[in-house]
Amino acid sequence: MAVTPDDVRHIAHLARLAVDDARVPELVRELNGILGHMEALGKVETEGVEPTTGVGDAGLALREDAGPPIPLTRPLEGFAPAMRDGFLIVPRLATHADEEDDALA
Amino acid sequence: MTIPGDRRVAPDPVSGVEGAFAAMERARAGADGLNAVLWHDRDHALDEARAGQAYLDDGGVPGPLAGVPVAVKDNIATLHLPTTCASRILQGYVSPYEATAVSRLRRAGGIVVAKTNCDEFAMGSSSEHSAFGPVRNPHDLARVPGGSSGGSAAAVAAGVVSIALGSETGGSVRQPAAFCGVVGVKPTYGRVSRYGLVAFASSLDQIGVFGRSVRDAALGLEVIAGRDALDSTSDACPVPVYTDAAERDLEGMVIGRPKEYFPPELDARVARACDRALERLVDAGATVKDVSLPHTALAIPVYYIIAPAEASSNLARFDGVRYGLRIEGDGLRAMYDATRSRGFGPEVTRRILLGTYVLSAGYYDAYYRKAQQVRTRITEDFRAVFSKGVDALFTPTTPTPAFAIGSKTTDPYEMYLNDIFTATANLAGVPAISVPIGRVDALPIGGQFITPHFDEPTMFAAAFALERALGQEAHR
Amino acid sequence: MSGTMPSAAVLARYEMVVGLEVHVQLKTRTKAFCNCSTSFGDAPNANTCPICLALPGALPVLNYEAVRLATRAALALCCAIRERSVFARKNYFYPDLPKGYQISQYDRPLAEHGHLVIGTNADGSPVTVGITRVHMEEDAGKSIHDRYPGLTAIDLNRSGVPLIEIVSEPDMRSSREAGAYLRALKQIIEYTGVSDANMEAGSLRVDANISIRECGETALGTKTEVKNLNSFSGVERALESEFRRQVDVVSGGGAVEQQTMLWDGANGEVRPARSKEASHDYRYFPEPDLPPLVLATKWITAQREALPELPRERRDRMRTEYRLQEGDIEVLTASAALGDYFEGVARHHGDAKAAANWIMGEVLATLNATDTPLDRFRVRPADLAGLLDLVRDGIVSHSAAKRVFAEMVATGDRPEQIADRLGVRQESDAGALGAWLDAVIAEHPAEWQRYRSGERKLQGVLVGMVMKKSGGRADPRKVNQLLVERAIG
Repeated sequence: MAVTPDDVRHIAHLARLAVDDARVPELVRELNGILGHMEALGKVETEGVEPTTGVGDAGLALREDAGPPIPLTRPLEGFAPAMRDGFLIVPRLATHADEEDDALA
Repeated sequence: MTIPGDRRVAPDPVSGVEGAFAAMERARAGADGLNAVLWHDRDHALDEARAGQAYLDDGGVPGPLAGVPVAVKDNIATLHLPTTCASRILQGYVSPYEATAVSRLRRAGGIVVAKTNCDEFAMGSSSEHSAFGPVRNPHDLARVPGGSSGGSAAAVAAGVVSIALGSETGGSVRQPAAFCGVVGVKPTYGRVSRYGLVAFASSLDQIGVFGRSVRDAALGLEVIAGRDALDSTSDACPVPVYTDAAERDLEGMVIGRPKEYFPPELDARVARACDRALERLVDAGATVKDVSLPHTALAIPVYYIIAPAEASSNLARFDGVRYGLRIEGDGLRAMYDATRSRGFGPEVTRRILLGTYVLSAGYYDAYYRKAQQVRTRITEDFRAVFSKGVDALFTPTTPTPAFAIGSKTTDPYEMYLNDIFTATANLAGVPAISVPIGRVDALPIGGQFITPHFDEPTMFAAAFALERALGQEAHR
Repeated sequence: MSGTMPSAAVLARYEMVVGLEVHVQLKTRTKAFCNCSTSFGDAPNANTCPICLALPGALPVLNYEAVRLATRAALALCCAIRERSVFARKNYFYPDLPKGYQISQYDRPLAEHGHLVIGTNADGSPVTVGITRVHMEEDAGKSIHDRYPGLTAIDLNRSGVPLIEIVSEPDMRSSREAGAYLRALKQIIEYTGVSDANMEAGSLRVDANISIRECGETALGTKTEVKNLNSFSGVERALESEFRRQVDVVSGGGAVEQQTMLWDGANGEVRPARSKEASHDYRYFPEPDLPPLVLATKWITAQREALPELPRERRDRMRTEYRLQEGDIEVLTASAALGDYFEGVARHHGDAKAAANWIMGEVLATLNATDTPLDRFRVRPADLAGLLDLVRDGIVSHSAAKRVFAEMVATGDRPEQIADRLGVRQESDAGALGAWLDAVIAEHPAEWQRYRSGERKLQGVLVGMVMKKSGGRADPRKVNQLLVERAIG
């Protein structure tokens, strides 16, 4: 299951990280190096072993359907990179579908 | 400075804080020296100290940390100092809310005097991967302090504070504690609220405490531990008085010596220091028993699948939309790519890519699911030994003392192996503490106690006893 | 889409296979994972906090009420509730998704294996659609693309609002069945009080999966997903349109491509979303910030017992209890509130048919005309029953009753008070009626004589004259009686 340059480009895309083509071979080598050490896991018998999901068996504690919300000690305007009329502002995408399309390019 | 053991002694917050800032200067804790401290605000700390003094003057009951200066790792949210996770992507970000652990420290009278440097987003074992430069080891400035909480460890070791918060995912408190010759404790998963701890790997992360002594660490943990309604993974079981463990003797205690933590290739000097510690424990009344945790060697592969996988998801929120760095580009995609590529350093990028890969379609079962199954096996190993009459395990904290800055930057996996004796406790969720047990080449090394879930009292009892028994040997 | 549409004969050779994914917003006061208000129409980003803004270090804490409502909906849909369900992260980047992942449920959802009856076959057997699963998740924020040129504005007030996704089996074979499913689903969701289930307001959203196959074929064809559906009729039209497109492709020798289609309601057509690839890589994994949701068997049982009477049960009961026609029952059980209203009136008044007629006539007309929800309607069931009592007892005429009703709508006063105020109580006192009749006889002696001599058809004319003389207050039944008595006497 070796990582290929295409894999690196694909996962970089999924993770929204721009990776220079020049860095791809190095990342391929590094990831394969790391994942090579992971192959030890394949030798462990785990038939019927429940994967760990969260720690503790008590189950989820729930909260009451009531406020008040946790306050911000400084308003969103105080730290958001771009706002207008109370909205957060990002470069335009025509529709949701466009970004999802993009994600698959 | 040490914390007065007698809580009736009225502390003096203002001189305490002034002392911490003086120590910061003496130790050259900032960028021109250790680089242990990233952010501090003397005026604000003094304001808090004066408010604390006024409260005491009005007859207020001193909290357990009244007037005690504390340092907090830069990945834990504080209101008046930045919280950057030593990353460019959060440069200048000041959290508009406070972490529960910090609120509890402050409610106990503690005063946050510094935010400490660390590996970016706590990803690393050397504190070299900081956007603001590497932290240096107070015992040898050419060496790393360990990581990722290297700044907190160095600040305690250099005498700036007696208590500091760090965070653990795979050993990030215990390993730097060992490298810097201080005490570092990682509590049971769920013992301390993670609310306000910037997530690296949520199922492993836990806030931990550094102290100059076992007592300091126990007191610090006692203050921050306990159920928090804001963290669904925090546990409701009551918090014992950890400092009471100082009184317990080790008569009848069974200490397991897991053979997997003492491999033939272990540095003989580290092994000898451990043997000496075990002898002292026997002298103090404990029995030592050889045990086995057969899946130990798999901890690193399991850890380096689960932690990056969770990290790849946890770090998706750093997108330039609501806070932190934003680099504009031609369109949304370009903005995302530019912001994240320039905001994250190379180790964070590497782990995000690794984590994205192991979760992606077609690889999930082979990597992530398999790792979580083997993780279950590792947890079962611990349950098995603890169910057979073993009260605590004793191991070396790290295979070697602190290494030279820049010596382990070529092969990422070599760096990952630093967590080999510590990551198991994170994977299983059990508590563990590192205490100084001696020196190798004049550099501190640590020994580690691991106990069952929520049995911090036994862990502290063993640590107190060893600290007492070793005396000055711990630093020789 | 342009191109020739397949002929009716070609269309008849194929059937459509439809499965629906419906998102329903749960009616909680606060969001799924934080204490922020779910109210709409507030200033942008006013209802946000560290958690729903996904500030570094913030953590989710699940809302009990969201769990209760989700469980209630799942039980109403006859699902098996999983005692240990697991939240998962669905990872994708979008600026209105603050964490970069949506907290949802994936391989261990809250509930599975349910069904919904959407109608009755010719032989009387129920038409049933299988429910694959019901799972909990959180909503994203809102992206506004047309507010600022070249920019998208993000409002996170909706970010973290609790939803359930209800996934059906591909059991529907026509757009009509899809419509029936949606109406039945909406009804059951409203009956249980889980959601407002209003598609126009966005509290109910529908995506459709559709494939076609030749009639008689049992294997499933390649499906497309149709999105951007904003009304039930839009769903039906979109399915018809996509069905014709797929038949066109297949009957022309082509193959349907797995892709997402967008419904363009204005032009009445579907068009492909720009993407050609349909598989997304959401990298689901169990949400480590939330331990598994563990529900006690006892609690689940209590929730099941707390379910209200559901639409089908209610129709069955009303059919036997009130002996109404099927069409009337459909109308009166359209919502739980209307059913309750009807039963309130019927119980007080006693004549179910009269109650049904008034409600389906005057009441619904008034509600529709004034766009008033039933819970804010001023005429309470007991008062409407009182009005019907007055009509039945001849105290007010049917036409006067309409005037009284209008006043009840306007003022909320009791019908007796209004009848007095308007002076429309019918006069049945023999003395008063006799005086009016005497006056009519005096003014129209010829007609009276002809009537007395047996010209019975004049009775209506004379009664009308008396009514007119009384200003409409005379009770016509009593006038008729009196006229007959006088003619004989």
